[in-house]
Amino acid sequence: MAKYHITAEINGDEVEYLCEPEQTLLDVLRDELNFTGTKEGCGSGDCGACTVMMNGRHVCSCLVMGAEASGAKIETIEGMADGDNLHTLQEKFIEHAALQCGICTPGILVASKALLERNPDPTETEVRYWLAGNLCRCTGYDKIIRAVMDAASEMRGN
Amino acid sequence: MRYEAPESLEAAVALLNEESGTARVLAGGTDLIVQMRAQMIEPDLVVDIKNIDELRTISQENGGWRVGAAVTGAEMNEHAAFKAAWPGVCEGTDLIGSTQIQSRATIGGNLCNASPAADSVPAMIAAGVILTIVGPGGSRELPVEELCVSPGKTTLAKGEIVVSFAFPARGAVASDAYLRLTPRTEMDIAVVGVGVSLELDGDGTCTSARVGLGAVAVKALLVEEAANALIGTKVDDAAVAALAAATSAAAKPIDDKRGTKEYRIKIAGVLAKRAAGIALERARQN
Repeated sequence: MAKYHITAEINGDEVEYLCEPEQTLLDVLRDELNFTGTKEGCGSGDCGACTVMMNGRHVCSCLVMGAEASGAKIETIEGMADGDNLHTLQEKFIEHAALQCGICTPGILVASKALLERNPDPTETEVRYWLAGNLCRCTGYDKIIRAVMDAASEMRGN
Repeated sequence: MRYEAPESLEAAVALLNEESGTARVLAGGTDLIVQMRAQMIEPDLVVDIKNIDELRTISQENGGWRVGAAVTGAEMNEHAAFKAAWPGVCEGTDLIGSTQIQSRATIGGNLCNASPAADSVPAMIAAGVILTIVGPGGSRELPVEELCVSPGKTTLAKGEIVVSFAFPARGAVASDAYLRLTPRTEMDIAVVGVGVSLELDGDGTCTSARVGLGAVAVKALLVEEAANALIGTKVDDAAVAALAAATSAAAKPIDDKRGTKEYRIKIAGVLAKRAAGIALERARQN
């Protein structure tokens, strides 16, 4: 079977790639395009480590076929900082020590950014429910939640 | 394996019908891709239906609503007017997986995956949803409770696709609710799920009701005896107690790690009672 020739926009750049029908978007990002910031955890949509934005929504890239991304607008963790300037969420994760091993962090940052774009002033409960699909086995979540709440506050201009 | 993403229903039906091997419909992929990766299924052809416009829309129709099969849970919950009309159905879809899963998982996929514990299905049974199914022989309609047969099995014939879900028009004093029991508050599979939809007249007498019951049989059930316990009453304590008893009586669960048979039977009645209370309160506020 021939490979699929796909054109998509990734972090603002037009990208072309060839993929097998069995490859997921996660496989394509990591193995074909070297966007290794997106992590593979469970590979079954339970852990959220592979979260990326696809056409304005946060999705598990392990549950998207690579061929499905034709014409899609994809945003990964690599596109979050503006050059050397970290996104406020990234700065707050460092400030609050909201990570230990770091495997869950890219997915949590992408999912948190998606939340704050929809709801700039979430309650702690709303943050916890929104991030229920992002598992972290290190931090116990508390520092993550504090970092997201603090980033939201700063982004609102407080 | 081949991947195809046709832009018309006719093309999708033809692809599925002409495939000599195993063909699967891809909507949100949150069940299909998991099953493919686990090698539970190895399709020769995957037909992505998300590029077909009529499967992607929510619209008003004959005083009710029509929702395309490839509409996602997130899209349903963000549609304020639909959510106001059918809060119980949106409650069901809102419970499916994480927010990431809701970005992708579709109402058609939740039904056609044919899990007895699918959270949107009891609420849609309660709502009285009628499916439009298109296949090589043309179009047909089917009550939603008649699609699934047993875990993973549906009554769809080769080449058939569930296209849309029609939610009927109803009176001003009407609403619905869905409740499920899970060991965790989020990201879990229903041990029992109950949807109740009801309509009242000007005196507060229940003129119609439907009850859908999930996760306690080989498929989600329509429980007519439970609904009959409410119809003609003021939805008072005696009626609600009869509703609970009839719902428990209809439950035919298995024992598994998520709940015992005895517990599920009891909880089916408890959830029916609570869901009826919420639907009643919502109806009175409409």
